[in-house]
Amino acid sequence: MSIAWSSLLIVFIVTFGVAVAVVVLVSLGLVGLSARTVSPDGPPARAGAKAGMVIGGLCLLVAAAIIAFGVYIIVV
Amino acid sequence: MDFSVIVLMVVVTALVFDFTNGFHDTANAMATSIATGALRPKVAVVIAGVLNVVGAFLSIEVAKTISSGLVDEAKITPVVIFGGLIGAILWNLLTWLLGLPSSSSHALFGGLIGATWVAAGSSAIEFGSVISKVLLPAVFSPIIAGVAALAATYFAYRITVGAVKETIARGFRLTQVVSASMVALAHGSNDGQKTMGVITLTLITAGSLPASAGPPFWVILSCGLTIGLGTSLGGWRIIQTLGRRVSDIQSPQGFAAETSSAAAILTSAHLGFALSTTHVCTGSIFGAGAGRRLASVRWGVAGQMALAWLLTLPSAAIVGALSAWVAGSGTLGTVLVALVALAAAAGIYALSRRRPITAENVNDVPAARLATASV
Repeated sequence: MSIAWSSLLIVFIVTFGVAVAVVVLVSLGLVGLSARTVSPDGPPARAGAKAGMVIGGLCLLVAAAIIAFGVYIIVV
Repeated sequence: MDFSVIVLMVVVTALVFDFTNGFHDTANAMATSIATGALRPKVAVVIAGVLNVVGAFLSIEVAKTISSGLVDEAKITPVVIFGGLIGAILWNLLTWLLGLPSSSSHALFGGLIGATWVAAGSSAIEFGSVISKVLLPAVFSPIIAGVAALAATYFAYRITVGAVKETIARGFRLTQVVSASMVALAHGSNDGQKTMGVITLTLITAGSLPASAGPPFWVILSCGLTIGLGTSLGGWRIIQTLGRRVSDIQSPQGFAAETSSAAAILTSAHLGFALSTTHVCTGSIFGAGAGRRLASVRWGVAGQMALAWLLTLPSAAIVGALSAWVAGSGTLGTVLVALVALAAAAGIYALSRRRPITAENVNDVPAARLATASV
């Protein structure tokens, strides 16, 4: 009987890393995109909202790239 | 026994198993998306069905063994395969009736182990492999996915605190469509090849195909369509369990759970060993539930599932053994097993009609069932 402990460990590390990374990136992206709708003290600062959208968009783009790689693994 | 009769029975039974595999595992990909409202129930199961078909067509490099080395493949005959499939089908139907997610792969392994034991004795069973390839992964895979989902959920709520709630919830519901689709695609590519392998190896044993043949196109087509059809009918009972009875899941949790599941399934498959999609997805849903609020998880449901997982291998093995023993007596025995299995399936279906769960009421869980889930 041989137990592939190293393979299980790799699965754990990759799963943990990818899941946390993608969810964090998507969370940051959504927060950035939602910045344009936040106006606690009147109209939102344009620069802040724009910066939030740009950063949010970048985060979502990176998350999409990771997901696309996942699709590539399935297809190839 | 007429060889062509048993081969035909195996092909038909394998497709029936594929169908039950489909509706049994719909919940893995779509339960949380349905529960959070990211997808309407009928839309969700159609998407899952289509992606399962696509996934099945993508993965035609079928497994070289149908038992993953759990039994001596030289001892596997069409009668053994038939008996194993019957054991797996009936276990799938019983757990579906109870609304409990369980591994179709493990049910098939259990059925094959029981049938092989009857046909060739215990020496044909690789018990070491049963532990290393079935039992240990069954323990570790939900933990791996659960811990990942717990951490991801925790970070999702920490990062989005203070942001506009409706925007965040809507955003996560949109991303859930993507993550759920990934899980459905991964499931189709992993599980589609199982039945293809069973049918192909049966045809090789019967001499209809050369020893090194791949699956004929009609096998790929029938297996792909069958798993897709089963998926699109939707195992609503299991969807309700995973989506509503584990915890009151929200869209960030659903996204975290599905992302963890997809990552675990794809990573393990890439490394050459497949973890059960059911164990992975169930673990991640529990992890996501705990990641928001530990007390919100109904751990009683986990206990019920753990019991079902423990019983999968032996229960399917017992039915597989009985089926192989009767079917091994000849054509009449095979027909008798098929008729009894049909009657059992009809009985299970009739019982399910006493408390029907459909696309319309899948998200409505009576308070009494939630109370028992907390026990």
